[in-house]
Parts: sequence; C-alpha cells; structure tokens
Amino acid sequence: MDTQNIAQPLGGEPTLPRRQLQSGTELVKRYHIQEVIGVGGMGSVYRARDLHFPNVTKLVAVKEMINMAPDPLVRQTIVQNFEREANLLATLNHPAIPRIYDYFSEDDRSYLVLEFIHGKDLESIINDTNGFLPEEQVLGWGIQLCDVLSFLHNHKPDPIIFRDMKPSNIMINSNGDVILVDFGIAKTFQVGQKGTMIGTEGYSPPEQYRGEATHLADIYALGATLHHALTRRDPRLEPPFSFAERPLRRINSRVSPELEAVINTALQYNPAERFASAADMKDALMGVARKTGALSKITTTSIAPASGIKPIWSFKCEDEVRGTPLLYQGALYIGCYDNNLYALNAADGKFQWKYAADGGIVSRPAIFDGNIFFGSEDQSLHVISARTGKVVWTYHTQAPIHSSPRIAEGHVFIGSDDHHLHAVNLNTGRSVWKFESADEIRSTPLVANDLIYFGNESGDFYAIDFRGTLKWRFQAKRAITSSPVIAGQSLYFSSVDGTLYCLDARNGWAIWRFRLGKGSVSSPAVADNYVFVGAADGFVYGVEAQTGKEVWRFRTEHQVSSSPVVYKDSIYCGSVDRNLYCLEYRTGRQRWKFETQGAITGSPVVFDDIVYIGSNDHQVYALLA
Amino acid sequence: MFDFFRKLFGGNDNKRAETATTAPLSDQQIQSIVHNQNMQFEIQQLVAATGQSVGKQRDHNEDSLVAITSTMAGKANNVPFGLYIVADGMGGHQYGEVASNAAIRVVAGYIMRKFHSYLFTIPTQQPEESLQEIMESSIKEAHRVVQKDAPGSGTTVTAALVVGEQVTIGHVGDSRAYAIYPAGRVEQITRDHSLVKRLEELGHLNKEEAASFPHRNVLIRALGQGDVLDVDVFTIPFPANGTLMLCSDGLWGVVAEQDILHSLTEAPNLQRACQNMVTAANMAGGPDNISVILVQMVG
Repeated sequence: MDTQNIAQPLGGEPTLPRRQLQSGTELVKRYHIQEVIGVGGMGSVYRARDLHFPNVTKLVAVKEMINMAPDPLVRQTIVQNFEREANLLATLNHPAIPRIYDYFSEDDRSYLVLEFIHGKDLESIINDTNGFLPEEQVLGWGIQLCDVLSFLHNHKPDPIIFRDMKPSNIMINSNGDVILVDFGIAKTFQVGQKGTMIGTEGYSPPEQYRGEATHLADIYALGATLHHALTRRDPRLEPPFSFAERPLRRINSRVSPELEAVINTALQYNPAERFASAADMKDALMGVARKTGALSKITTTSIAPASGIKPIWSFKCEDEVRGTPLLYQGALYIGCYDNNLYALNAADGKFQWKYAADGGIVSRPAIFDGNIFFGSEDQSLHVISARTGKVVWTYHTQAPIHSSPRIAEGHVFIGSDDHHLHAVNLNTGRSVWKFESADEIRSTPLVANDLIYFGNESGDFYAIDFRGTLKWRFQAKRAITSSPVIAGQSLYFSSVDGTLYCLDARNGWAIWRFRLGKGSVSSPAVADNYVFVGAADGFVYGVEAQTGKEVWRFRTEHQVSSSPVVYKDSIYCGSVDRNLYCLEYRTGRQRWKFETQGAITGSPVVFDDIVYIGSNDHQVYALLA
Repeated sequence: MFDFFRKLFGGNDNKRAETATTAPLSDQQIQSIVHNQNMQFEIQQLVAATGQSVGKQRDHNEDSLVAITSTMAGKANNVPFGLYIVADGMGGHQYGEVASNAAIRVVAGYIMRKFHSYLFTIPTQQPEESLQEIMESSIKEAHRVVQKDAPGSGTTVTAALVVGEQVTIGHVGDSRAYAIYPAGRVEQITRDHSLVKRLEELGHLNKEEAASFPHRNVLIRALGQGDVLDVDVFTIPFPANGTLMLCSDGLWGVVAEQDILHSLTEAPNLQRACQNMVTAANMAGGPDNISVILVQMVG
C-alpha cells in the first residue's frame, strides 16, 4: 500500500510562496506533522499522527488552508464559512467520502483533519499506467462515482454539488474503491473577485463558467473524467468543451460503443440533454456493464426463480462452515469447524493453502498489512501471512474465542470466553490491556468515536476508551452476542432477550427498542434509513432507523442467526432453513434464494457482484449477486 | 416586516443602513462572528427562553407551554437534559385551555417521573424504557386524561425531550418543531396533522390553493380526539450550533420563516428573540394565541 498525493499542483497554478509546516511541528498539541503529501492552491496537505493515541500510530490527513484575505472582516467570514462547511461535511456518511475528525483555525491558517486514505489518486494512476486502463475498471469506478454523486445530490435539506470532479480529486483506495476528496471546502479560501469560478478548467461544463452549478455540472465533469481516464488526453491541455472533437473510440478503439455513447450523453453541451440524474447515468453504465459482461452478470430481473441459481464455484471443507469469509486481493479466507482457515482463489474457488488451528473457527477473519487475524476455539488469536499461510504470531487467551477481531488504531481488539476484551499490539502480538467483563464476550467489538463497543453473554453492553476505561454501560435482559453497528450517533445491536436496541452512541441512552418475535444473535446492518436484522423466530426484519418502526418482515423457514449484509439495493442473509436469501432492502421482497445442503449460520460477504457464503454442509459457495 | 424592525431598533437602524453599502458585513454579523468564536464553555448546557401572547383577536389563551432545563455538573458525566412542550387547545371545542393545560402537565409529569431516578437519586439509574417509549406513553397518558377530564375537547402537542445531544420529538397536531441552523436554514422537523396538509400531500391542493384554503385550522389528529391516538415519535441530533424552536400556529401561520429567522438573528439573546417573534405575530394581526420556545445547546 502506498500513499500518494491527495492534491497535486496543477500545471498552471502558481506555486505557493507560503511556508509549509516543518515535519515535527505539533498542531493544537495533538497532531504531529510527519510530511507533506500534497500541495493545493490554498495550502498543503500533511500526513500527521494523532497524539491522542500515544501507544499506537493513528495517521490522519491534515489539510491546511491559508487565509490570504487582507481585510479582517473578510477573513473572519472566510473562517466562519470554513467552519460551517466542515460541520456539514462531518455529517456526510458515505463509504466514498472521507471522514472528518476535527477542524480548527490557528492564526492565518485553518485546518481540516480527515481520514488518511491508503491509496493513489486517479490522475497518478492514469499517468503511471502504460497504455490504456481497462474499460471494466473505469466502468466500475464510474458506477461508484455515480453512487456517491447521487448521495450528494439527494442530500437533505439541500443537495450538495461537488463542483470539482476530476481525476486528481478521486482516490482509489487499497480495495480498489473510489473515495472523493477535496470537497468545496477549500474553495471558500479562494481570494478573488465576486463570482470566482469554482471548478477546474477542462472538466467543468460551459454553464459553470457562467456561475451556474447544478447537479448536471457534476455529471458533465464525471463524463470528462471518464473520458480522460479512457483516452489519457488531459482536457486541461485541450480547448474547452472540445470532447466532441476527440471521439473516444478514435483514440482508444478498445472502448465499447455503448460506453462511448454513455460518456457522450454526459458530456452534452446543453445540460438538458445530459442524464437527468447521477442515478440515470449509473443505470446507463450498468447497462453497458451488462452488455459487455464487464461486471460479471448483473441480475436485473426483480424475482429470479428460487431454483436454477448455479454457484460460480463451490469448495468442500472437512466440517461445518460457520464462519464468515473475508475477501482480500482476490483471495477468500474462511474458517471452518475442521480447525482450518482456508485460503481460496476468489475467482474459481481453487485451494491455495490452509492453516490448522487447534480448535474450530466460527468468526470472521480480519486483515491488516498483509496478515490475517482470527480467533479459534483453541483459545488463541492467530495471525498468519495472507500470502504464505505461515504463522506470524499467536496470542493466547484463557478460553475459547468466538468473537471476531477488530483492527483499529494499531491494535487488534477481540473478545474471549475468558470474559475479557483483549487489546493486543498489532506488531508485537503482546497484550496492551485487558478489560474484564462479567461474562463471555462473543460479540465483535466495534470501534467508533474513539470508543470500543461490545456486548457480553450476560447482557451487558460496554463502551470503553482506548485505555480500557469504562465510559458507559447498558444492560439488556439476556445475552448480547450480536455485534453492534453504528450510523450517525446511533448504535444498533440485537439481544437474545428478543429486542433490537438503538442507543445513543455518546452516552448509552436507549433511543428505541424494537420487539423481535424471539431472541437474536444476528448483527444488524444499516442502509439509508433502515436497520436490518435476523432473529430466532425465522424472520428477517427491516426497521426504520429513526423511529424503530417496522417497515417489513420476511419469513424464512427456520432461525436466522446469520447477519444480513447490504450490497447495492439488496440484503443477503442466510437461514438455518439452509437457504441464502437475496431481498430487496426497501421492501423485503425476495429476489432469489439459493439452497445449500445444510443450515447457514455464518454471514455472507459480497464483493464485485459475487456473494460468498459458507454452509454447515461443509461447503463454501460463490454466487452471482 | 422591515418597517417593523426599523420601528423596533429606531435610530440605530438608519446608521446601519447607510454603512451597509460599503461594509461587507453588518455590525450584527460581526457580533455573531465574535460571539461564535468565543463560545467555548466548559459545561455543555442547554439554554432556553419562551414567549406567549393571547394575540389581538382572542379573549382567552388556549395555548400552554412548558420549558424545563436542567444542568448538573460535577465529577460525574454531565448529560444535558431538557423538556419543552407546546400545546394548542382546540378553539372550536369547549375546554380548549383545559385540554392544553392537562396535556403539558401530564406529559411533563410522566416524563419527569421516569427521569426522577436518573436525575435525583444516588446511584443514578436510567429509565427502563427507551426515550421513544417514554415519549409515546406520556402522550397517550395525556390523551386518556383529556378524554376523561375535558371530553369533547382536543389539543395539539409538540414535545421535545433533549438528553445529551439527541432530541426525541413527540408530536400530534399542527404545532411545530423547527431546527434553525446558524447558516440561516430553517427546517420544519414535524409534519402537520392538518386537513390542508393532508390534501396537499394527496395532490388535491397546490401550494397557492393550500395558502388560501378556508379550513386551514382543521386537524386530522388531535390529543383527546378519537379512540386510538397515533403519535409521531422520532429522534434526531440536536441542531449543531443551531436553535430548536417549538411554536403554535399563532406564530408559524402568521409570521414568515424568513421573518422568524430575522427575529432570532437580530436579537441579542434568546429571551428577546422570543419577544420579537411574539411582537411580529401581533403586528401581523395576532389572529390566534401565540406560543414559542427557543432552545440552544452551548459548550
């Protein structure tokens, strides 16, 4: 994984006469500047270490904006605008938007502290690639970009126009997913005449030069970005709005005519002739993907027959597969009751290697820095190299482990039946601290808001800080085996007491409780304004996140211990009735189901339109999503 | 509306108007910038103010309101706690004021009893039920009481329970809760249970038709009316750096959102803001009782 510039200087931009922060500088006694990772028009971007985590290395990106306005009143307004914008950005919750941790102003500079992204920006990728990028890769990014634009354009109460879509503002992270960086925030610092043009020449549509910026401007700029990515012709070096003079397929004949047509529509001079929305453009790109077979085959029929779904591949282990798989760089890692962790080729299910623990594996492995982490009933946390399957280190607890590891801030956190939550140093495998709870911990810890959240088998739910100090505790009536999820300020988890809980993540107050027909060990999933969870009464539930009101319920024929997984507009969930279900998440309507020969208690993972699931019939399956 | 503010602020206003063409920011804006930058309090706490008036055309007040703000700071965690309720007794019915008075007392009493062991006992104990359950039960309890004590009457109720940084809203009728953000955005949080709103939602009325609809006061849900009461209950984050406003239709039906916003931003404090809003409603004719509560979170 390498780290690249978050913002690169553009060809024509003036270099900054301003002094950059030296490495070693400390900002607000908290952020230790390590190095410059990018230079933009308003200041530099630094990689910094957050000193609030003294024992571990938490890296953040610190974006600096230098206030160059001479008039003190204007300067104040700029700072105020910046803070308002930062507050808005902090509320955006989307996987393709970096998280904002903090902001502050010091002297003539304002700083935004955000998630540090391991990856590379698209402009560098274009420049560093010999020849053209493959169509399906660009198509995949295009679809993801439509998704995030659609999220921004549908933001309530006011739509957010990104205004500056271009390759250097798109990061591709180590999973190959897009992250939009450099929101409008920096633009408030642009000193200039009234009506300063915001956006980057070459990518911006004609109307933006007249000061109009609607969501249709973003669609044009996305078209321009995809055009650049597929042709390697930088539009900033060409006359404005001249894409029509550089037909895609004349430059890169491997681009399909269908994709060319979509990009041409996005690049229409007249906004009314472009796609009406990012969602429409996404549909068109999906259409191309379907036609060219780029993204496997995407199921479009609303209800596929119950039978007739053929797995892409399946792999047989020696015992029940109750674990949840992990997908990493083309390989699938999954634990099994036969004590082995298997590494399979995700594309064809071919065996790569296995690693034998001394007990069954029911959890979901985690990955960090090329190493796989997982707990086993042999009481140990195992760390093995993803490439070779050789052990890196092991860490012993005093009882079997059913919890899955969570990696954050340089630590791995894992619960054990020895009643403790263990914090283990990622590199050395040594215990940093242990937090003692009243009972077995089988719930997988969640790390958010600088706190660690988890439940135990006697129904306690804890929030502890990175030093292992209890911040607050909540009591359910029976075991909390389910793992919490967070959305905004709310935490969601289910309990064997038959309740889905929504708690205030800051202080543990119950905001609402939703009665399930029976107890649940299924971990909820959240999407849009919905929470999904399975229960022992055989139902999968869809519940409104803000009110705790039921939206739909879907009956399976047996207990649902599996945790639902959201992918696109569907959820995927297994049942003890042997089936894996795919449901439309807004309505709970079944799209398809796939029957295995045994109960399904593990949870699926979905990536690139393929669902992976283990079953108690000893098999691991890969299915088209 | 501007005339009204000119009257309110008298001589000052002229000076400001003269300088406005050259200065990029008004005095008021500068004040608010300075004010915002200095807002760093150790204790996170709620501040609230209220305003009420019988109006110019009614002879008695059928609105009721409650504002309870508590701060407990010390070694233990300080969780801001506040309870704010506006209820508008139904004018066409007997006992309108009885209904709204019963509603606020029963709702507030029910909620405060549930929180008593958390706020006032050692060791502190959180209520068994969730915040939304407490809110819903309190309003249903008030519904029963109103049906018993003032049969035939009805009232709106809009209640906001603030615990920490979240607000749980309970709502029936056409009083409203708003979030007013520092950038000047005024967002209605509640949905009116009124005939006009319903017809608008169903597409039978457009915006202009709705504005001149003769039966604007007709509610389709009210506390005290009907056997089963359907209460809107939901939880949202407290508007960051903003203001939570609860009011009856004597304010929102008469004073435009922009002028409500103006009353808030022009005022030196929340108390004055409430007075400004009430005055604005009365200046606009004061056709109905007026109630308003403003709440901010500082620190």
